[in-house]
Amino acid sequence: MNVRDFRHIGKEMAERPELRRFLSGQGRYIDDFALPHMLHAAVLRSPYAHAELRSLATAEARALPGVAGIFTAADLGPAPQPIPVRLNPYATLDPYLQYPLAAGRIRYVGEPLALVVAASRAIAEDAAALIAIKATELPAATDALADPPAALFPEAADNIACRFTDGFGDLGEAMQEAEEIVEFAFHTGRHSAVPLEARGLLAAFDPGRRRLDVFGFTKVPHFNRAVLARMLGLPERSLNIVVPDVGGGFGVRGEFYPEDFLIPFAAMRLGRPVKWIEDRLEHLMAANHSREQHYAMRLGLTRAGRLLGLEVQLVNDMGAYMRTHGVIVPELSAGMLPGPYRFTAYRCDVRAVMTNKTPTGTYRGPGRFECNAARERLLDVAAARIGIDPAEIRRRNFIPPDAMPYRLGTRALGEEVIYDSGDYPAALADVLARSGYKADRHAAPAGGPRRGFGIGCFVEKTGKGPYEGARVALDPSGVIEVATGATSLGQGLETMLAKVVAEAVFQAPERILVRSGETGLLQFGGGSFASRATVLAGNAAWQAAQELAGRLISAAAGRLGTTAGNLHLVPGAVAAADGNTLTLSELAHGADPLGPELAVTVYFPTPHMAYAHGAVVASVEVDPALGRVLPLRLWVSYDVGTVINPDIVGAQIEGGAAQAIGGALLEAFVYDSAGQLQNGSLADYLLPVADFVPPISHHDLGRSPSPLNPLGVKGAGEAGLVGVGAALANAVADALGLPAAVDRLPMTPERVWRWAQAVRAAA
Amino acid sequence: MKPAPFAWCAPATLDEALDLLAGHADAARILAGGQTLGPLLNMRLATPSILIDINGIGELAGLHPDSAGLTIGALTRQSTLEDDPKLAALQPLIAMAIPHIAHRAIRNRGTVGGSLAHADPAAEWPALATLLGAHLLARSKSRGRRLIGAEEFFITHLTTALAPDELLCEVRVPPSPPGAGYAMLEFARRHGDFALAGAMVRLTSDAGGKLTDPRLVLFGTGRRASRARRAEAMLAGVSAGTALFAAAAATAATEIDPYDDLHASAEYRRHLAAVLASRALEEALARMNGKRHD
Repeated sequence: MNVRDFRHIGKEMAERPELRRFLSGQGRYIDDFALPHMLHAAVLRSPYAHAELRSLATAEARALPGVAGIFTAADLGPAPQPIPVRLNPYATLDPYLQYPLAAGRIRYVGEPLALVVAASRAIAEDAAALIAIKATELPAATDALADPPAALFPEAADNIACRFTDGFGDLGEAMQEAEEIVEFAFHTGRHSAVPLEARGLLAAFDPGRRRLDVFGFTKVPHFNRAVLARMLGLPERSLNIVVPDVGGGFGVRGEFYPEDFLIPFAAMRLGRPVKWIEDRLEHLMAANHSREQHYAMRLGLTRAGRLLGLEVQLVNDMGAYMRTHGVIVPELSAGMLPGPYRFTAYRCDVRAVMTNKTPTGTYRGPGRFECNAARERLLDVAAARIGIDPAEIRRRNFIPPDAMPYRLGTRALGEEVIYDSGDYPAALADVLARSGYKADRHAAPAGGPRRGFGIGCFVEKTGKGPYEGARVALDPSGVIEVATGATSLGQGLETMLAKVVAEAVFQAPERILVRSGETGLLQFGGGSFASRATVLAGNAAWQAAQELAGRLISAAAGRLGTTAGNLHLVPGAVAAADGNTLTLSELAHGADPLGPELAVTVYFPTPHMAYAHGAVVASVEVDPALGRVLPLRLWVSYDVGTVINPDIVGAQIEGGAAQAIGGALLEAFVYDSAGQLQNGSLADYLLPVADFVPPISHHDLGRSPSPLNPLGVKGAGEAGLVGVGAALANAVADALGLPAAVDRLPMTPERVWRWAQAVRAAA
Repeated sequence: MKPAPFAWCAPATLDEALDLLAGHADAARILAGGQTLGPLLNMRLATPSILIDINGIGELAGLHPDSAGLTIGALTRQSTLEDDPKLAALQPLIAMAIPHIAHRAIRNRGTVGGSLAHADPAAEWPALATLLGAHLLARSKSRGRRLIGAEEFFITHLTTALAPDELLCEVRVPPSPPGAGYAMLEFARRHGDFALAGAMVRLTSDAGGKLTDPRLVLFGTGRRASRARRAEAMLAGVSAGTALFAAAAATAATEIDPYDDLHASAEYRRHLAAVLASRALEEALARMNGKRHD
């Protein structure tokens, strides 16, 4: 089917299926669920960054009226299990895994020490405050660049949990050939996702049936079910996972955290439902942090600006434990760092270093917000060195469209990076033309605000396999049901699936019932992460729905006494050439239980990810005397292949850009040398608010469908974020007129002021 | 984020409130708009055993302009001032400053008295009171009525001259001098955040164009908002000019005692103070000369 023949795909829906629920307050979030006799939990968290835990005195807390139970590590049984790594679980990471409660060594502020369960959250917090923690403080390791790194784990000789190298080509030869060598160091600040709704869980155990209901694993429910079942010693199918709506996921929500074991465990032990709702202070210290990376880069190029060799030392501050993402964040950085450019040789040596800070994981665009900013800054520095415009050095080095598919030579998420399609020069040309790049950069009065423009080009991995499933079935009402293991994180999954299935079965999208996430729907499920739901669940639903369409026609042929060739699907019915029809409801009610099932399950596999791409131009105003940066406007040109719903993709671009503005200008978790988080509330951890997010003008190039899947789609969930930090950093450097000044994110006012002073000192 | 247990009482009259304060003093906190106290309670950073909720005491709210100036009841909401069409004419500097106080939702609840009594050195109200030479009326059972000048009221970071049993009841602002030009500039990480540094200026001149009683207050740059007396002295009695302003601003920046925090070093704050003071002086002059009406 050609793209232009689609009736639903690529067009807006009059009313997207999930919107009425969300806009009218009918969304059901974790705290909307309540069960009779439910108790409430609070987590006692460590006030120490690094300490030997001597004892927890709980007697006074246990005696507080309303307290139902207090659990410490000793209560978890003789052989507690650590939380495993979900993605790329190397055995060498095992010593660094986190147990649900600290026993012996405490390794970060916020680490769970005990779970308090009581009649109300307030009582649970009162009781937690009564627990006396006896611990011997140890020196905290807070600097991943420290040499030598302190050992934090008895099983490990030092702090470096993992070293690896990615790259291609003969770097020595490439550097030999280079006429210019540019060295540049870049740092991205530790920050993370702050979803509007923090985490939460509700668990209830039925001891008679030994059945456990868990509400709240919205992201990767099948994986979390398997982990929880193993830790609790239950069969997986004794667990019923209910997946509520969520107020934002962004990578941090829905991974398996200590609380995801503790709450069901407490519900089983106490024989009553237990709810835990993470508050904002907890979220900022307990949910995964991300993004803290240091790059030391050395670039060899010709005087004509041709890129030759790139040598990088990358240090990733992992925090105190390996969480479910293992080391995929630095792996993604190393694998994606070359971006849309051709290098002769590339080598990235990575160190994943443990510190006494909150453990890290993925945050929307993991590893790419960072590596794109580092590389795009480096290119601006190099362009200035050889005296050409930043746009020009990029034009001279793009991987050309006729080189697709392009085997980059690196690895990401455990597979070879092969760019499947894309026109990288076109994206830059489009965004330059739309932005009027540098056209209105006026001559600024001395000391006054200065205007700057910056470019950020990116390639973005999407659609991580190995598979996702969809089951498409005819409901007796005549409605078509589609069920998937992917989960709805507010990304418009229901709209996407309704349209894809509607397209294949020739029904109105309003007649498609979408169900997602619950583990009972399908035997296997991957979940929603890595911009994968549309690529994998979308294509699975597309193939399943096409097959179901054939089965409906075959079944109708028997009933109508004609051949399949005479029949076609029309809204609500199968119609014959002679005008005879059989409604889908009649078809369902008359279905032969011994005949072919009017339901089709397809697992769509993909051996390789699909790579979206794009280019960003940012314009900023910098007041060098104050250090103030005002983002004035962002232009984003992107290509995510076939677009199912343009509104949703546009919103993904805008939302991602807003989060990148936070990471570029405002957000950073600050620790003191004792490992205390200094800005653990939203009074001091600054999120971008409306007056910080400028107009965002975006354009879908729509010229590079993926050859890797029937729909030609690529994921769009993270593309809006990954180039914006780079563009803003380059724009600030441009405004200051000193290309090498901007060497870290976020660009706080004081940093900008100091960079500007360096400009004056140099002048 | 649930508060520790506390008792809550809501007196209907000022007299009742003062009785409660007299009885509980140190153990009590006054609840007005709750925009600062609420989060402090939820984070258990404040654990008073009793909250005295004054929201039901109507006589504590309202604006009363007369020939002696403007009296503002302590319970007056920031948004009440923001929405009062007479304010810009009566007290232009207050009208300029109010929109910088947090966000509208917070201004709808937050009170003038709450902000003054909290005495955050980066907040707008202590700076306003200091520059405008306001007096603050405190009442208690033990001392009766006590009128305290702003510069005596603000002692240091989050500390005022209020005794534990005293309730801040109103702030009295003298009339704006004829022909005054005002400016208020602050630099915050985001609009509505506490300022990294801020400057407020009032300029007036005599018939010959010489500055009379120039006022310059810096805030967010020390333990409390403070007048830059030496800079003011440099400006008094002379004709205004850009070079003089830069020198006065530089002097003002030596009169403060800035601190390091998460968002700014002391060195950077001192620099910001000079830049903002200089720009505010320019703006105030333009307004005084009628060249700027925004």
